[in-house]
Amino acid sequence: MAEKVLTQHFGLKNVYQIDEYIKQGGYEAVKKALKLKPEEILEEMKKANLRGRGGAGFPAGVKWGFVPKVDKPKYLCVNADEGEPGTFKDRYIMSHNPHMLLEGIIITSYCVGIHSAYIYIRGEYEAVALRLEEAISEAYDKGYLGKNILNSGFDLDVSVHRGAGAYICGEETALLESLEGKRGNPRLKPPFPASVGLFQCPTVINNVETLSNIPQIILNGADWFTGKGLPKDGGTRIFGVSGMVEKPGIYELPIGTNLKDIINKHAGGMKQGKKLKAVIPGGMSAPVLKADEIDIPMDFDSLVNAESMLGSAAIIVIDTGTSMLDVLKAVTKFYSHESCGLCTPCRIGTSWINKIVKRMAEGKGSKKDIDDIVRLASNILGKTLCPLGDAAAMPILSIAKKFRKELESRL
Amino acid sequence: MSPEFSGKVRKEIDRIIARYPQKEAAILPLLHLTQQEFGFISPESEKLVAGILGIKPIQVREVVTFYTMLNREPIGKYHIQVCSNLSCSLLGAEKLTDYLKEKLSIEPGQTSEDKKFTLSLVECIGACEQAPCMMINFDYHGNLDKKKIDKILDGLE
Repeated sequence: MAEKVLTQHFGLKNVYQIDEYIKQGGYEAVKKALKLKPEEILEEMKKANLRGRGGAGFPAGVKWGFVPKVDKPKYLCVNADEGEPGTFKDRYIMSHNPHMLLEGIIITSYCVGIHSAYIYIRGEYEAVALRLEEAISEAYDKGYLGKNILNSGFDLDVSVHRGAGAYICGEETALLESLEGKRGNPRLKPPFPASVGLFQCPTVINNVETLSNIPQIILNGADWFTGKGLPKDGGTRIFGVSGMVEKPGIYELPIGTNLKDIINKHAGGMKQGKKLKAVIPGGMSAPVLKADEIDIPMDFDSLVNAESMLGSAAIIVIDTGTSMLDVLKAVTKFYSHESCGLCTPCRIGTSWINKIVKRMAEGKGSKKDIDDIVRLASNILGKTLCPLGDAAAMPILSIAKKFRKELESRL
Repeated sequence: MSPEFSGKVRKEIDRIIARYPQKEAAILPLLHLTQQEFGFISPESEKLVAGILGIKPIQVREVVTFYTMLNREPIGKYHIQVCSNLSCSLLGAEKLTDYLKEKLSIEPGQTSEDKKFTLSLVECIGACEQAPCMMINFDYHGNLDKKKIDKILDGLE
């Protein structure tokens, strides 16, 4: 079994408490980082090429580098919205090891010159938010947060901000709007959040899993990190497996681990008596793979080449007993519900497609319906302010293309 | 009678507002508090929150109507939220919803006559490894079947 980075402490009972975390070597990374120059940390982070674990895969170091050196407050927003269907990894990190995330937050903030960080967590995770708040309060008590952290002269405040049920708020600019106290409608980019973000100030937005990798990168170095996974795409991923497998759950494995192995070896294979039909490899927004397409390394580039995406590394396993029309129904229901309504193609398109699919599921569909779905989804793709439009169109188009015969047989 | 926060809650509100450089940013935390205190968010509560934050009530309304967790109507003592997304529906969420409908004699979106239960269908709640799953208020319940649902509901007073 490969060495764990993020889940190494998950078996320990009380590691969510600061004393136990420190016993396990916790906060050593913060101590080390605060003795380095911010530029040295940035250099190491760029070398590590830690790609964003939220879905987009943008390298964290490069993102931080975009923050202009201006005389304005800067902010860190931790994206803990975790709304992508199939995704539950950040919940595990925050509940089992909140201090690892806090270390990542402190190091990032020190590197970029941030003194105020907000953890934007989905509203449903109330218990997790409470755990984070306890961890934050412990960190203040021990001097890892607040004024003059460990006598370094560096100040940082962290607080938890709970969302209230909106998938769109996982999109970074919608998250900013929501945090500012508005409806979660995305912003037009540019300007990008790095220059004009929260409260009109330079802002870094990183996912929970991304930030949680940072302490180990600081302790062990970029080379150690890139030595895991693939040269261009280092480290591990927490793969969340759900659906028709024997052992659904999280599996931390090197990036590039074969999807077939994740399903068959780690997640215990198909549920008893079930046969594989399709896999959604990176959260619901990722185009579907057919059963014969799962012999594939789980890294950003390999999945792009297979016309899908690694996204949040949430793997949803579908069996032959499940109708793809039902899958399509769940997919289109979700996006029509979660479209924020700002862009017409997405607002009208997602609900129109959902209505057609529901009609098809009632046995009242026609061949033209499938063509209409493809036409409508194609007209959402690339024509909206934020990626939700693409996220809705991509799985729909892939199901319509790869499972057209099956859909037709249900007409 | 218009709603009012207790002195203790007002202190909590002051602490929350102090976290942000702009007061309006405290709107979601305050709405969570409002819902916790009064059960739902009435137009009067919207005015109360607007007054505290120095914004117009319509700005509060704009936010309240955007987020699914904020209830504008009273709900039952126990809010049962069944996940109807993909991983859960693959593993039988629809049948379990039918079972709950029958058991509670209500449809999704409705509250039982005794005001004990409200049933809702929700999108992914981030517990797919325990599919099919649901939340009752803020408690997660996973790996559900009819028997488990019976047991959970029987344990609620």
